[in-house]
Amino acid sequence: MRAIVQFLIGLLFGLGLVVSGMSDPAKVLNFLDLAAIPTGGWDASLAFVMGGAVIVTLIGYRLVWARGRPVFDDVFHLPLAKHIDVPIVAGPAIFGVGWGLAGFCPGPAFTALGTGSSQAILFVVAMLAGMVAARMISIHSNILAGKTG
Amino acid sequence: MTTEFTPLASLIGGGMIGLAAVLLMLSQGRIAGVSGIAVRLFPPYLDRELVGRLAFVLGLVIAPVIYALFMGGFAPMTIQSTVPVLVIAGLLVGFGSVWGNGCTSGHGVCGLSRFSVRSLVAVAVFMATAMITVFLTRHGMGA
Repeated sequence: MRAIVQFLIGLLFGLGLVVSGMSDPAKVLNFLDLAAIPTGGWDASLAFVMGGAVIVTLIGYRLVWARGRPVFDDVFHLPLAKHIDVPIVAGPAIFGVGWGLAGFCPGPAFTALGTGSSQAILFVVAMLAGMVAARMISIHSNILAGKTG
Repeated sequence: MTTEFTPLASLIGGGMIGLAAVLLMLSQGRIAGVSGIAVRLFPPYLDRELVGRLAFVLGLVIAPVIYALFMGGFAPMTIQSTVPVLVIAGLLVGFGSVWGNGCTSGHGVCGLSRFSVRSLVAVAVFMATAMITVFLTRHGMGA
C-alpha cells in the first residue's frame, strides 16, 4: 500500500515536471541564460514552476503538520541541521555547474529516462555514480568526526 | 535554440510538483528530495524505505509515458550536450546534490517552503553557479 502511494506521488511529481516544461533541458538552460534577456531569448517559465511549487508546498505543509503525524509513520522526518558549513555551500556550487552544463537536475533526469533517450541513460548513470561517491565521502567524514549516519 | 514562454503550463506543473511534495509529507512524513531518494537506492541501507523509494523513482520514470498516452506524444525534450559534457555534468550534479544534501526539489521546493536558511543558501548558490556556467558556455570562451 505504502509503495503504491509512493509510486503515485512519484508519478504526480514526474507529470508536474513534464507539464511544467522543467523536464526539457533546452528550456532550463534558456531560463538560466540571463544574458539573453536583452535579445528576447530568455525563457522565464521556470520561475513560474518554482513559484507554483513553493506556494502549494508552503501552504500544504502547514496543513499536514497541523495533523501531528503522517499517515504511514509516527513522526515527520525533517532535516535537523541548522548551521552553515562547507558542504551546504560547496555541494550546491558543484551541483549548479553540472546543472548549467547540461540543463538536467535529478528529477528531470529520471523523467528523461522514461522517453528512452540514450543520452538520458548516460547522464543518469554518471549522476548516480557521483551521488554514491558523495555519500561515501560524507559517511566516512562523519565517522572520522565521531558522528553517526 | 529558443523555447516558448509557458507561464500557465509551468504554474500548473509547478503546482503538481508542490502537491506531490505535500502528499509525500502527509503519507510518509518525508521531504520530496529527488537526490536524497535516489542515492538511498544504493547501500548502505539505514532504514526500511527502499521499496518506497524505488516506487517513487519508478513513478518519475513512467511519467512521460503516461503523459504521452494522454497527450498523443512525448513533451518537447531537447538534449544538445555532447557525450563528454553529459558525463561530466551528470557526475557534478550527482556529487554536488548529495554532498550539499539536496537539489532543486529538496532545497528548492521543500526547503524554501519550510523557511530553511540552509536551503535558502543552497538555492542561492546553485542558481548563481548554474547561471554563471550558462553564461560562460554560451557567451564566454569565444562563443
